Amino acid sequence: MGSISLRNVKKSFGDVQIIPDISLDIKEGEFVVFVGPSGCGKSTLLRLIAGLEDTSSGTILLDGEDMTKAPPARRGLAMVFQSYALYPHMTVRDNIAFPLKMAKASKEEIDRKVEYAARTLNLSSYLDRRPRALSGGQRQRVAIGRAIVREPKAFLFDEPLSNLDAALRVNMRLEITELHQQLKTTMIYVTHDQVEAMTMADRIVVLNAGNVEQFGSPLDLYKKPANRFVAGFIGSPKMNFVDGPEAAKHNAHSIGVRPEHFLLSRENIPGTWKGTVGVAEQLGSDTFLHVHVDGLGLMTIRTDGDQTFSHGDDVYLTPDATRIYRFDAAGLAI
Amino acid sequence: MATAQTRTLSRIMMAPAVIVLLIWMIVPLVMTLWFSFQNYSLINPMMTGFAGWANYLYVIGDPSFTQSLVNTLILVGGVLIITVVGGTFLALLLDQPLWGQGILRIIVISPFFVMPPVAALIWKNGFMHPGYGMLGHLWKFFGLQPVDWFNQYPLFSVIVIVAWQWLPFATLILLTALQSLSEEQREAAEMDGANAINRFYYIILPHMARSITIVILIQTIFLLGIFAEIRVTTGGGPGYASTNIAFLVFRTGILSNDIGAGSAGGMVAVVIANVVAFFLMRAVGKNLDA
Repeated sequence: MGSISLRNVKKSFGDVQIIPDISLDIKEGEFVVFVGPSGCGKSTLLRLIAGLEDTSSGTILLDGEDMTKAPPARRGLAMVFQSYALYPHMTVRDNIAFPLKMAKASKEEIDRKVEYAARTLNLSSYLDRRPRALSGGQRQRVAIGRAIVREPKAFLFDEPLSNLDAALRVNMRLEITELHQQLKTTMIYVTHDQVEAMTMADRIVVLNAGNVEQFGSPLDLYKKPANRFVAGFIGSPKMNFVDGPEAAKHNAHSIGVRPEHFLLSRENIPGTWKGTVGVAEQLGSDTFLHVHVDGLGLMTIRTDGDQTFSHGDDVYLTPDATRIYRFDAAGLAI
Repeated sequence: MATAQTRTLSRIMMAPAVIVLLIWMIVPLVMTLWFSFQNYSLINPMMTGFAGWANYLYVIGDPSFTQSLVNTLILVGGVLIITVVGGTFLALLLDQPLWGQGILRIIVISPFFVMPPVAALIWKNGFMHPGYGMLGHLWKFFGLQPVDWFNQYPLFSVIVIVAWQWLPFATLILLTALQSLSEEQREAAEMDGANAINRFYYIILPHMARSITIVILIQTIFLLGIFAEIRVTTGGGPGYASTNIAFLVFRTGILSNDIGAGSAGGMVAVVIANVVAFFLMRAVGKNLDA
């Protein structure tokens, strides 16, 4: 249970087209992440699947059944919102029990499932508190608990970690991934953070302006980006792009080299790119060098933490020839 | 207000305003209290001097007092029920996205800007008059005997008029409460399988609880002293059928020219208002705790 298929789904608000035409197949039990810059339509796409927005045209199939016109409750999906959307006047217990109560479950069943969810999420000691008295991470877990008890076909997460601080975000990322391995339920997760996408997903959908740029596993996207957009979006720091004569040497309109695929040297080796170090960002394990390359512009280079380059140093860069990405005039990978 | 010096200074600066307010409040109250223990009737000006509790016994002992008290409670309660229930429904309707929303809201609010005597006159002559009121015409259209509202249902008629005036206030407060409910909460409830009625009962109503409390408290304060609507329409009659405590004070003090008894009635009204306020705060005040 839990496969989701979109067939030629389109969505526009008035004259504004948000999603021109999307077809997707999400397999049962998969953890799929929708990632893209803000305004790319990823949240809208999720809300279409949830049934909170009507599709302009196209079909949404859940487990092969046409659910395009079905109301949210009948789709059997559970959603975790960015603001958690807990009910402030109810205790944690009542919050988690609410979907069961609406489904007219028996008292024993409600108690059993709420206890189970609370134990899974380490919420047992907070059951009688109000959401107001909980920390951000705990609220997040209550929202997930409310989703779990419904035993949905799939979980939908709408940027659930964006309101948490950095340390907690890493924790919750792990917890959600573990939860997925435990429950094996289909999950769709929307984020603008490509690190979350890379670390959590089985497969990633990269969206841009309402179009699917690429749909594949994290490493696929990293190693074989379909186009320049995906190449630039996936990977941190961003890929460096070079146009013009330098790209023409590789028979391409533009080429891209990831920051980690350079060789650095202080000696002038023929055929390399000469540049001057601007800012050196030291992270301990790595250092990001921002190098002004003559004639090619600013490039980010990732090197180890022990390097000795500093501001104003001359540096010679050799891109790893086997890891140069080539793109044609339309931005498609060659 | 951190240092002792600024605190002292602020007290000195505030003193004139506080003293004026205090005098403004205390002097009429003390004068009323003083008159309530005096023989002071304009019809019998020769009889003066200390009256003891006679004025109070006269006011409270009169059967019209009990009736007025009951009328006051029915008036307040009736208007509260109509405005809170009606206001909630109107707020729910006005919260829907529809064309001309802004203008519609102004129209809905407008009765609140009509002065009480004017509103009462509109209802008296425009709607409820059996001969030429709109309702009379409506009844006649259906071949029915027009109702003489102010004679047959005097208190009910006053309740309708007052409720009409206060409905916009309740609607406005409740509408703002409704609009402050987060969209994601509604959507979450929708995902959780709550239908419209359950969403209203479990999500929207608890969210509005505090605003409903405020509406009840503010309206009660004003509704205890309803006067103009009664004065313009029924004149408290027939008999004492639509006389509330405030109007009884007017009848005793001004119409019967008995200032002493009127003052005693006024003091009783002050006590009643405080008793009502006390029970009201106990009943609904817990909603105000954040």
